[in-house]
Amino acid sequence: MVTLTDSQKKARRSRSIAIALALAAFVVVVYFGSIAKFAPALFDRAM
Amino acid sequence: MAVVHHNRLDDSGIVMSEATAGDFFALLKPRVMSLVVFTAFVGLAATPVAVNPLIAIIAILSIAVGAGASGALNMWYDADIDRVMSRTASRPIPAGRVQPGEALTFGLVLSALSVLTLGVLVNWPAAAMLAFTIFFYVVVYTMWLKRATPQNIVIGGAAGAFPPMIGWAAATGTISLESVILFLIIFLWTPPHFWALALFKSEDYGRAGIPMMPNVAGHASTKRQIFAYALLVAPVGVLPWVLGYTSAAYGIVALALGVGFVWYAWKVLAMPAGDARMRPAKALFAYSLLYLFGIFAAYLADSLVARWMVLAGA
Repeated sequence: MVTLTDSQKKARRSRSIAIALALAAFVVVVYFGSIAKFAPALFDRAM
Repeated sequence: MAVVHHNRLDDSGIVMSEATAGDFFALLKPRVMSLVVFTAFVGLAATPVAVNPLIAIIAILSIAVGAGASGALNMWYDADIDRVMSRTASRPIPAGRVQPGEALTFGLVLSALSVLTLGVLVNWPAAAMLAFTIFFYVVVYTMWLKRATPQNIVIGGAAGAFPPMIGWAAATGTISLESVILFLIIFLWTPPHFWALALFKSEDYGRAGIPMMPNVAGHASTKRQIFAYALLVAPVGVLPWVLGYTSAAYGIVALALGVGFVWYAWKVLAMPAGDARMRPAKALFAYSLLYLFGIFAAYLADSLVARWMVLAGA
């Protein structure tokens, strides 16, 4: 078991928050981007 | 120079980095990225095509991330020379805050994600151009030309000139003469911009062994070439008006900015050989940034006013 230094803990927390925000932003971009790009085609089919 | 101390977790050799999110953001070269975002946005917004605002935002975001990724790959490859140059010694890799492998992975992943996102959600011609731009900047400029020839930033400048063409392609799916002219403005602007910097940073480049024009051809030749490029970029800046793509208002602004560019380049040409402070070169470097921003802002404003007038008249 190795204890991280305070600066390493702080840096890891900073990286973790950035990764979380970037991934969340990517999900939002893909979700709403897909709707904007493909939505008309999604409803263009025989019922 | 800062040095990072790593704590090994165990005998497997795993290390804990002290790199923060800010260090990774710095790898994206945010100042260069801001210029890319701006010129790409102008290229996209100046088209006569109405683009879904969300798709436009995704296009600009993808281009920005692609540019940032190529910046990270550039810093990964150039860490050795960045270390010996005062301007770049504090970058995350030479300063020891980010490991080269981390930067390489970061750059490759972001490159792939930006190109795929642009292709799937916007269009593939724009994505192909973004992929080519990343390749050109990283492989052709960084790995090959930068250390091989004083024409490095002349040819490599194409990478920085592509963003407005990508923005245009994101909106229209094509290349047009208008977007090629926007490309040419940045392409011809790049040599005087970087050579002005290279004049007052020639010792830095010399220490790193980079064959910049002042180190290879000398200051006198560089000054003449700066002036020659200024004489080229000034009329090309006015070309959109001459060809009828913009109003006279843009033409007047572009002409004034171009005359200013030639004036500042002339002051550099007239700079005495023994001038150690090189204030004209520093002034040209600062003015060149203003020139590029001004000419693209004028182009954007002209396009938006033209579109508004069409809508108002309809």
